[in-house]
Amino acid sequence: MATDTYTDIQDTKVGQKAAGPVGWIDDRLGVAGMARKNMRKIFPEHWSFMLGEIALWSFVVLLISGTFLTLWFQPSMGETVYNGSYEPLKGIEMSQAYASTLDISFDIRGGLLMRQIHHWAAALFVAAMIVHMLRVFFTGAYRKPREVNWLIGVGLLILGMVEGFAGYSLPDDLLSGTGLRFVDGLIRSIPLVGSYVEFFLFGDEFPGELIIPRLYMAHILLIPALILGLIAAHMLLLVYHKHTQWPGPGRTNDNVVGYPMLPVYAAKAGGFFFVVFGFTALFAAIIQINPVWAYGPYNPSEVTAGSQPDWYMGFSEGMVRLMPGWESTFFDRTWSWNVAIPGLGGLGILFTSLMLWPFIERWITQDNREHHLLERPRDAPTRTALGVAGMTAYGVGWAAGGNDIIAIQFGLDIYTLTWIFRIGLFVFPVIAFLITRRICIGLQHRDHDSVLHGFETGVIERSPSGGYSERHAPLPVATQYTLTTRERLPELEAAETVDANGVASPAGRKDKLRARLRHFYYQGVLDKPTVEEVHHAEEHLGDFQGHPNQIGDEFGGVSDAGVPKSH
Amino acid sequence: MTDLDQHTSNLPAAEPIADPGLPEHTYRVTDVDESQARRTERQISLMFGIATVLALGFAVAYFTIDFDQTFLGWSAQNFALGFTFGGALLLIGIGIIQWAKKIMQDHEMVEMRHPAKSSDDDRLAVLEDLNAGIKESQIGRRPLIRNSLLGAVGALAIPGVVLLRDLGPLPHGQSHTVWKKGMRVVNDISGLPIRPADLEVGQLVNAEPAVFFPAEGEEEAEIHGHELLAAKSKAAVIVVRMRPDDITPDAEKANWGIDGILCYSKICTHVGCPISLWEQQTHHLLCPCHQSTFDLADNGKVIFGPAYRPLPQLPLGLDSEGYIIAMSDFLDIVAPSYPELARDQKKLDEENNRDGA
Amino acid sequence: MELRFPVRTLSTRRRHPLANVLVILGALAVAAVLYMAFAPKGATAETSSLDDIEAGRDLFVIGCASCHGQNAEGITTTSDGNYGPSLIGVGAAAVDFQVGTGRMPMAQSAPQAPRKSVEYTDEEITQLAAYIASLAPGPAIPEDEYLEYESASAEEISLGGEFFRTNCTACHNSVGAGGALPDGRYAPTLENVSAKHIFEAMQTGPQQMPVFSDDVITPEDKRAVISYIKAVQEQPNYGGFGGGGIGPVADGVWVWLFGIGGLVGFAIWISAHGTRSNKKPKGAEK
Repeated sequence: MATDTYTDIQDTKVGQKAAGPVGWIDDRLGVAGMARKNMRKIFPEHWSFMLGEIALWSFVVLLISGTFLTLWFQPSMGETVYNGSYEPLKGIEMSQAYASTLDISFDIRGGLLMRQIHHWAAALFVAAMIVHMLRVFFTGAYRKPREVNWLIGVGLLILGMVEGFAGYSLPDDLLSGTGLRFVDGLIRSIPLVGSYVEFFLFGDEFPGELIIPRLYMAHILLIPALILGLIAAHMLLLVYHKHTQWPGPGRTNDNVVGYPMLPVYAAKAGGFFFVVFGFTALFAAIIQINPVWAYGPYNPSEVTAGSQPDWYMGFSEGMVRLMPGWESTFFDRTWSWNVAIPGLGGLGILFTSLMLWPFIERWITQDNREHHLLERPRDAPTRTALGVAGMTAYGVGWAAGGNDIIAIQFGLDIYTLTWIFRIGLFVFPVIAFLITRRICIGLQHRDHDSVLHGFETGVIERSPSGGYSERHAPLPVATQYTLTTRERLPELEAAETVDANGVASPAGRKDKLRARLRHFYYQGVLDKPTVEEVHHAEEHLGDFQGHPNQIGDEFGGVSDAGVPKSH
Repeated sequence: MTDLDQHTSNLPAAEPIADPGLPEHTYRVTDVDESQARRTERQISLMFGIATVLALGFAVAYFTIDFDQTFLGWSAQNFALGFTFGGALLLIGIGIIQWAKKIMQDHEMVEMRHPAKSSDDDRLAVLEDLNAGIKESQIGRRPLIRNSLLGAVGALAIPGVVLLRDLGPLPHGQSHTVWKKGMRVVNDISGLPIRPADLEVGQLVNAEPAVFFPAEGEEEAEIHGHELLAAKSKAAVIVVRMRPDDITPDAEKANWGIDGILCYSKICTHVGCPISLWEQQTHHLLCPCHQSTFDLADNGKVIFGPAYRPLPQLPLGLDSEGYIIAMSDFLDIVAPSYPELARDQKKLDEENNRDGA
Repeated sequence: MELRFPVRTLSTRRRHPLANVLVILGALAVAAVLYMAFAPKGATAETSSLDDIEAGRDLFVIGCASCHGQNAEGITTTSDGNYGPSLIGVGAAAVDFQVGTGRMPMAQSAPQAPRKSVEYTDEEITQLAAYIASLAPGPAIPEDEYLEYESASAEEISLGGEFFRTNCTACHNSVGAGGALPDGRYAPTLENVSAKHIFEAMQTGPQQMPVFSDDVITPEDKRAVISYIKAVQEQPNYGGFGGGGIGPVADGVWVWLFGIGGLVGFAIWISAHGTRSNKKPKGAEK
């Protein structure tokens, strides 16, 4: 085979030539030490571990396509008369930002493609971050020692959304201007200092002439630099902690099993970059996004039906649509709850709870161990149910952000829809929580049964007394092991609210609350089988009472007619 | 140590099923059958070959296809460039991954983990070093240096903050728009002045103050550029005509219309979207941004949605030539809510000798 | 369609029961005054022959009178609801629009009469229009010179775009895809609507749509609007599938279903273990 004839790289011609420069570099930078540690670093393999990579590569696509766009885009609100190729806007007064966006779309070859790649990649970037975050949440991968990386991840999500919004506003078309108008209203609603923030940000009364140059600076310099820094920290911590893995035979909390960085992951991850870039480019080739020419230039006295933000701002938009019109006046000031609560509070609550969750959970469970093995969502029913409830609430807000589109596409009444979402925002998450927890615990029971009683073979047996039963066969040991590697539940005890002298301790109330939350967290959760239970189950092998039954080697499954094939 | 730490140390004994260890490695078809491996090799290099052709095709498309040419009703240029570029990238990616999956070795390897925390030795050594540094600096013995330095660095925040002062002016001029007594209400875009007889019942006119359009004999309007946008974002109005009997005006507003012709601000009191979705039969005005709905027959009151304040109304009159004019500026502030709104409104009411609500 | 009834809100019921009739009567009165005062060109009963009016009257009695009354005076229900509005003074343009787009005759009660297949022939529509126009003066069917959008200049199209964005997009959306209104009503799409019907709609303000009279938006301006709508609808979807002009919501659906869906599919493929052989390679026998 070809492998037998390999020459080591230092002996090849290229290697001999490169030895000098490489040595020069190592003499000064000592890179071999670092490379030695990381070149063959092991990463476990699972499809869900690649979701973060989609976000990473979308970001690289954004950097590349964005750089291309900056070559022509003019971030100026100065007025100009359009004289480019797009006929229906010829001779119209517009900002240079909008005119240059039209030029990129119609007069720069490949400009429209790059604009569409950039926009699709942005939408994918945020979506991939969210999918990645959901994976981390539902498998408990954020637990000690990875809480800091979770926080960095939430920070990246926030920055990604702000970055996306800034980009959405830059072309200064009617849609992006309407979005800015909304943000202006949102900023004004900040209690007490709203007008000051507005005037300082816009450089004058809305719309001023500075907001687009300022957003441009944030969009191409400030926020990307922050994102890059956080991504670097995110990856460094990933390398330091080593990736989590799913439990299984030979995969423990103390090791990591998988393939080496070089060559397997270098190829798979590198290849995935090309896939993400190519996929986005094909998207941009056939699906139109943000046709700015159709919207026209921004004009504060014009608006279009179906004015929407990009999808990741849909939740915020929906919350604002759902809020009743509450506004009050006291201390000689106007307090616009109708904007501030949903606009600032909605995302505020979402991100605060995301950031706090790992610490809240640890406080409840008092689990101070390092966790490198992932938990299946069903094995943490309360966490899973809370996650699904959160997703439901987010989904309601999201749908509400498109209530006009839903109304017209499905012929519904927009007011009724709004009321359904208003009530649903509070009711649907509770229902989702209860159902999800129930499903998780049900799945736990099924796992429990299949470990103790084996799986159903489909073979029906008749007992001497005439009763029928289905023959069960034990699961393969590897599967049995995988199903029982999760951690045992802690013992739940009532908190001691009285100290040794019989005096109510100040910490007692906190402990009591924690005891209650612990009870809630572990309520109804099924522990994995004990050693005794497994022994007991094994003793019943060969029993005809529906317990696991060894089936001979000749058993080859059952035919369609239900007859064992070995007959 | 917490209870759970002790619990953990007991855990291995309590495992119901023993770890059977890593399963035996199984081989891929390409590992055992060289002809299959060769086939895969050819497949992969074919993908790279096609990618090369597509990259060349990209250049051809770039120089030969005009933007106006269409394909399936799309821009043929955009499609051709995207298809060749995306296709090339995708094939390179798939080829590399296929190489990793089928040809590169796939024995799983094991690496041991180490606790994330530093060793106790390291911690002690760092503490020692830190103490040595603090001691040698004498920072503890000489609080004067320490405190004055802290004070000086803290004071650097002052220039930092002061520098940002010119980000923008202080909030100003939110109570008034460019409307004033005698200014004509003209049709937007065309700038045509309007007579009551031009309007039918059920009519909607998206209108602007005449000052946005060049006066007779002038080339340019008084206001233009970004000042125009700022002025428009407060002064844009809609003029509607309803049957006078349908309108139930507040006492103050009884004379603000002309035979059922009323003029309202176009700027939503919620976050400022311009509203003109007027239903002529129900007299409802819907904001397309957040669905606030205002009843124009009933003083612009909010009947649904997140807006709180009614839509400000502009008092109308007629000039000597019979054209519709404003009788004053808006008496209610036109703006999405802001903290000083209540105060500014009170001042405005005093200016206009109006009984504040 | 009846399903929409229970969800109509107070606001609909609150308005005066006679409102619709009164609005129409009011419009009528104003229109009559207007026409007498200014007598705009082409507003009279045109050149329709008496035969047309006769034939139109016959058609009206059969097809329309059950709702609009024997003499097009309108019918109010016993609860003072508006069964069918009076058509006196609505003009030929209104008839041509309502019947010519299939909105009339209505198939059933609904928040809004939808566009549907046309029930009458062109000749019959002309006859009906002639009959209604003979009752009182009203907007006539627009003349061809205002409908020939093909000959519009680039400047005219741009100007039409300005009028369109100021007056129309709020309800009909920037590419004329339509939009939602309260209580299950909607602003319909402008896709495949003829120039004549767009013109008539602006002129007469059908259903909830406001009127944009010729005195404010002149017939030339209307022609510009039509030429912009047609230019935008006839131009290619430069970037690919347009998503029906719905905008960012459609983009979000694409991103989640096909974007994330497709890339997760790739991730699954990348990490999938392919077919395994039970043989071993020669070198690895032991």
